[in-house]
Amino acid sequence: MAAEENATGATLNIHPMDQFQVYSLFGDGPVHWYTPTNVTLWLFIAIVAIVLLMVIATRGRNVVPSRGQSVAELIYSFVRGMIVDITGEAGLKYFPYIMTLFLLILFTNVLGLLPYSFTVTSHIAVTGVLAMAVFMAVTLLGFVLNGTKFLKIFWISEAPLVLRPILAMIEIISYFVRPVSHSVRLAGNMMAGHAVIKVFAGFAAMLAATTPLGVGLVAPIVAIMAMYGLELLVVVIQAYVFTILTCVYLKDALHPGH
Amino acid sequence: MALEGDIAQMGALIGAGLACTGMGGAAIGVGNVVGNHLSGALRNPAAANGQMATMFIGIAFAEALGIFSFLVALLLMFAQGF
Repeated sequence: MAAEENATGATLNIHPMDQFQVYSLFGDGPVHWYTPTNVTLWLFIAIVAIVLLMVIATRGRNVVPSRGQSVAELIYSFVRGMIVDITGEAGLKYFPYIMTLFLLILFTNVLGLLPYSFTVTSHIAVTGVLAMAVFMAVTLLGFVLNGTKFLKIFWISEAPLVLRPILAMIEIISYFVRPVSHSVRLAGNMMAGHAVIKVFAGFAAMLAATTPLGVGLVAPIVAIMAMYGLELLVVVIQAYVFTILTCVYLKDALHPGH
Repeated sequence: MALEGDIAQMGALIGAGLACTGMGGAAIGVGNVVGNHLSGALRNPAAANGQMATMFIGIAFAEALGIFSFLVALLLMFAQGF
């Protein structure tokens, strides 16, 4: 067990936040914007995995799909169904963008669960760029498609006239908080879940060193397995939630009246 | 001066702990959303699947505020300005 090697006596020397460190892949120099880091590496691995699944596995285009092809088709029809459900047929024009977002987030999240790997989406810098891109795209799209009518999403015509300015203020604030909550939700979930697993790993290291024959190891390892199962659920759901919220925001831009 | 810094650190750590109480609110919110979805789904199981997406959106909104409290705790612990 790697955890046992790290244990020195009863001290807890695994810091749960160490796994989120960004470091240069080659040498110990400072990290500039062009430095290849572990973020670059794991983003690259995610993209290779996506290409393997979506291009190589579906190259045959069989009527009776192979295993890889049926997974790819499942993801495709899942995202397509999500867009049609929320934005209607008009949203299908933006399918490639939403599919890209979903695949990137899903793959980086799931790859982050591998031991010794790095979760790209646990950094607000990464999710912030994704969320900001969605926010700016949706805002621009809203103004391009609807002109000034897009501002109607702040002016709720069903509400009594007295309430409308107050509601407009609330709506405007909540509109501009969107990119923050959109990005922090994903990064926070990834960070918290992985840190919890690491905390239990620290318990395992501590108990292995202090209990006779390391029998205390069993309880934390069972806990890690349970947390791991939960995390597997969380990473998929968070990818789904990010994408579905993108669809919800897109709906505002396409049909601001509703 | 060293003492002053220590008190500030202590305050930040206590604040980080207090910020975590916000997660309880998020837990109540998420439980409310899922519980109401479930009680509605048991009355009309045919309509349940259609509202799955809405339920997840509701969970996401309720949960975001809990994640904000986690963020505040992290900021207090690791990004304090003293």
